[in-house]
Amino acid sequence: MKVKIRKIMTVVDETLSEQGRDVSPHIRRAAAIAVIANPFAGTYQEDLSELIDVGEELGGFLAERAVAALGIPGDKVESYGKAAAVGENGELEHAAAILHPKLGAPFRKVLGKGAALIPSSKKRGGMGVVLDIPLGHKDAAFVRSHFDGMEVRITDAPRANEIVVAVAVTTGGRPLPRVGGLKVSEIKGEDGLR
Amino acid sequence: MPDVRVRKFLVSVEEIHHEGGPVVAVPPRRGTVLAVIENPYAGSYHADIQPFMEDLKPLGLAMAQKLLAALGGDPKAVEGYGKGAIVGEAGELEHAALWHAPGGYAMRDVLGGARAIVPSTKKVGGPGARLDIPVTHVNASYVRSHFDAIEVGVPDAPKANEMVVALVMTTGPRVHARAGGLAAADIKGEDGLR
Repeated sequence: MKVKIRKIMTVVDETLSEQGRDVSPHIRRAAAIAVIANPFAGTYQEDLSELIDVGEELGGFLAERAVAALGIPGDKVESYGKAAAVGENGELEHAAAILHPKLGAPFRKVLGKGAALIPSSKKRGGMGVVLDIPLGHKDAAFVRSHFDGMEVRITDAPRANEIVVAVAVTTGGRPLPRVGGLKVSEIKGEDGLR
Repeated sequence: MPDVRVRKFLVSVEEIHHEGGPVVAVPPRRGTVLAVIENPYAGSYHADIQPFMEDLKPLGLAMAQKLLAALGGDPKAVEGYGKGAIVGEAGELEHAALWHAPGGYAMRDVLGGARAIVPSTKKVGGPGARLDIPVTHVNASYVRSHFDAIEVGVPDAPKANEMVVALVMTTGPRVHARAGGLAAADIKGEDGLR
């Protein structure tokens, strides 16, 4: 890979119960997070294509790590999300270059498909900054039970000249969904929305 | 685990390629496993709390196995360890001390013959509280290259009547260890210290 990785972290959380009620099946959520060098830290760079390519590399790499940590086949993943945090010498646009143009296609390839928009968030911050990765159903963005968020952080990143890039995948939505809306069983799967 | 109610597990693995120095051929990994459990003694003073220590033993073993699996499953690959606990606000620091025996012995069981005391730390804290868990070499506490620490926490735990119990393991020294002292190669292995 061309991207310069300092550190990779995977996190899996598994919810067994909520508010005293059993959650069955248990819900698992996995994130894979890379800490990479920001080639444009400290300068204004008009052409961000290098970071766009970094996004393409990381999309597949991190998705594979996250799915492996989740422990299910890629096509069984139910929801997904992505996020990035740029260190203090970088620019929010650097996160956008990684996340938006090319990261999605290789990410979806690991999952078989994924018709829905991959929800995302981005920020600039110091070491240990919290990333709240938004989550949505991978085939129909309007599935209300799967609107969720996963908090991740790496204690010693991003340093000033680094970027933290994260993707998340899950085995399901919120532990005890009961606010209605479009259900998984009602997905038409034509437009990525419903 | 008849008397231990687990709400959530969280497993993380970091893989460190460098920290500003040369990229290492075999990146050391640092793994953690956390369980969010109900604190049976929350809310009032109980003189006799030791029965819960017995109850925690199967959980400790299950967590140590989960952590080892996340690190690849080879007990010989594990070179450092540590443990810790965070007690929610309706509990007492003393409740965290119940984790010493079940957490420590579980890791020794799974690793087979680790000699060094398992370093530990504890605190009382709210949801999202972070804990810096100390790490030392599994066979000789004085090995300087393996003195390390891993920050852990769960965004939504511990609630007031919960505890977070944690185990951590590492597969190598600090990535650019060069502060001298006892080297892993010079361990005598008699007393767990040197």
